[in-house]
Formats: sequence, structure tokens, C-alpha cells
Amino acid sequence: MNARSGREPGPVKHRTTVERKSDREVVVTRIINGQARIVFEAFTKADLFRRWWVPRSMGMTLLSCELDARVGGKYRLVFDAVPEPVAFFGTYVEVKPHSRLAWTNEEGGDGGSLTTVTFADKEGKTLVTLVESYPTKEALEAAGTGAAEALIETFDQLDELLITLGSP
Amino acid sequence: MVQLRHAHLDASFAALSDPTRRGILERLGRADASITELAETFGMTLTGMKKHVGVLEQAGLVATEKVGRVRTCTLGGRRLEQEAAWIKRYHQLWDARFDELDRVVEELTRQERRDERKKRT
Repeated sequence: MNARSGREPGPVKHRTTVERKSDREVVVTRIINGQARIVFEAFTKADLFRRWWVPRSMGMTLLSCELDARVGGKYRLVFDAVPEPVAFFGTYVEVKPHSRLAWTNEEGGDGGSLTTVTFADKEGKTLVTLVESYPTKEALEAAGTGAAEALIETFDQLDELLITLGSP
Repeated sequence: MVQLRHAHLDASFAALSDPTRRGILERLGRADASITELAETFGMTLTGMKKHVGVLEQAGLVATEKVGRVRTCTLGGRRLEQEAAWIKRYHQLWDARFDELDRVVEELTRQERRDERKKRT
């Protein structure tokens, strides 16, 4: 009964954290099971990037994905949407192979955010830290996702409140 | 690269940032109440209470109905739950994204190891 099958246990799935660092910044972290060199590649090569950036649960279809991951290079993602496809685009402002990547998000016009990703080696695994920085607090709040995550600290409180409200 | 815009969410959280307004929601969770009753409960003026209820109403967290001379407040709780769910979805998006990234990276790692083994033999 105690005999295990010959299969190796699958790699551990690490926890994703989302946190507000300041009025203008939201930080997402996760340890990925692989070397920084490979994780960096998955962020910068379009054929790899498109395999993970749009998970099925997101309910969106990526029509095209172009990444020119060089300083000053552009990226452009086009999603299927009604009534017409929607494009997300911007410029790479920092590209340090295997350690750091930053791009602007320009689809919203002024008040666009800057996304900075760092890749840190952790004994063969990689700690990915992604920071979304907005020019102002107002821009972060207007962006919705930022505003939601900005309040992650009150989330527990909100959860409690919901339990209170839910009980008659 | 994908940002969702939910202005009403901001309104909800602004509404929830105030302890009195959270208190009002908790009070309304137990039973409906008039503005007058709420003002008495929280030791506030009618004008002050009307302002707080107005903020909660704007955020869709509370609904009010005037019957005769009394304005009764009820909890618009469904919206609150939707918004809590929306925050969870944001976390879920990143979690799902990184799960997929893990898969891609693990596959590339295995591929590299296979290639190295082939080279050696």
C-alpha cells in the first residue's frame, strides 16, 4: 500500500501574491519553477509568451502577439472582442537579459502605466516580481485593476464584512 | 498590458473606507432602518447621516426608498459580493497566468535536458 508509483511528484506550485506598495504601485510576485534565463525567454519571445499570458480562464482570445524586446522596441497584442478587436501596445524601456524587463502600457493614452518585471535566481527557480506603476494615484485608481488590488489589504476586512452581512 | 476599467469599484471602496459607513452597512445587515434611526444609532445629525447614506447609495451598496415621510435604507449587498468576487478574479488571473508560465518553463527545461543528454551520447 505504501509503495509509490515510479512517477516523480510534480513540481510545487508556488503562491501568487498581490500587494499595493504605494499610492501608485501594485506588486505581484510568484516563484516560477525554472531558471531565470528560461523565464526571461518566456517573457520576451512571442511564441512562448502567447502560450501563458492569456490563460483560458481569462475568457479572451489572442489574435496576434508581436514582441520586439529590445530597448525602444514595441509590443502589440490584439484580442478578439465585440464589436471589434482590441489592441494593447507599448514600448520596452528596459531589457536586461535574465534579470530585468520594463515596458510602457500606451493603449490608454496619457496616464499609462509602466510595468517592471525582475527575475531573481532562487536555487534554480526564479522569483518573478512584477510592478505596475502609474504616474499618479488617480491614474492607478482609474485603471480599475490597480484600484482593486490597492485595496487587497482591506480585502480580509471586506470578507469579514460580507460574512457579517450575509448572516441574517 | 490588459487593464480593466471599473469606475464603480472605486466608488465602492471609497464608500467602504469610512468606519461609520462600514458601521451603517453592518447595521443594515441586521435590519432595514430609516435615516432617522441610523442618525440616532450613530449619534449624528440627519444631514450628516444623509451624506453617508448618499455615498453608500452612489456606490450601489445601499438602496433607499421613501414611503410617506420616512426614507428607509436597505442593503444592496449583491453589488458588494460582486466586487469582492472581482478582486478575487484579478488575483486568479495572475495566478492562472503564472500557472501557465510554470508549464511553459518546465517544458522548456525538460527539452533542454533532453537536448543535453543527446549531445553527450
